[in-house]
Amino acid sequence: MNENVTQAIQGVPLNYYIWLSTALFVIGVLGVLYRKNAIIIFMCIELMLNAVNVLLVAFSAYHGDGAGQVFVFFIMAVAAAEVAVGLAILIVIYHNTKTTDINVLNKLKW
Amino acid sequence: MTLYAFYFISFLAVLSALMVVFSRNPIHSVLYLVITFFCVACHYLLLNAQFLAAVHVIVYAGAIMVLFLYVIMLLNLNKDDESQKSNLWKAGAVITSGLLLVVFVGALRGAEAESVSFASSNNTGLVKNLGRLLFNEFLLPFEIVSILLLAAMVGAVMLGKTHMKRAKEIAHEKNGRGSVASARGIGNIKELTK
Repeated sequence: MNENVTQAIQGVPLNYYIWLSTALFVIGVLGVLYRKNAIIIFMCIELMLNAVNVLLVAFSAYHGDGAGQVFVFFIMAVAAAEVAVGLAILIVIYHNTKTTDINVLNKLKW
Repeated sequence: MTLYAFYFISFLAVLSALMVVFSRNPIHSVLYLVITFFCVACHYLLLNAQFLAAVHVIVYAGAIMVLFLYVIMLLNLNKDDESQKSNLWKAGAVITSGLLLVVFVGALRGAEAESVSFASSNNTGLVKNLGRLLFNEFLLPFEIVSILLLAAMVGAVMLGKTHMKRAKEIAHEKNGRGSVASARGIGNIKELTK
């Protein structure tokens, strides 16, 4: 069965993964610049991390080297930690300012 | 066949990623992001990275997105009347990201990635091979990641604790000269939250 998968995937050039990852990353940047809600900005950062993950897995699979996939595993762990702490900070900010609008949070104090 | 699957999943991923950015309601954004994550997991499956596909669904769709949904529920942001940025700012954001896209395309167009063909007999993404790699070569980073997760957990709990203390102080100031009953109630809350 694995042989079939390997045979089947050879139809997709590596360049296509590069373009897909570029598109996802640029959409993430667009979201960070476009939106004002801090939670949406967090989600767009996750989107950018995922774009990089896709690229790492694609290169790892095409080169037959597992190190890239282990690195993606570590990126996922770091992303989970980042989201936990970031959302905790966001909740504290919300209880202090009653908003998650980033334009209100431009003073580094409250 | 695989190429068509790739096109379809990529199209769905990019479309739902755009909907994350442009939908007004934060809940809808989260749900579109879940669709994007499932598409990314399908890409991992296409690349024969089965372990990462499973971990991706569990960690991202299962844990992180639920966390986002909980925070939106807690902060009661489930409404559309979020104040929008001005049109000038939006145009600036679109132009900036478009320029970034141009830079990426210009930088990656010359990449000679066509010469790289898919490695034959590629089983690196299977749980067995990846686990062997993870517990031999990458054992130390793996253990350090556990410390990182512990630190993140402690940090999140600490932030929640300080916030609770502040809320209690505010409640105390409000009911400072209140009745004895309310003071006793606050004392009970203090006992409970200790």
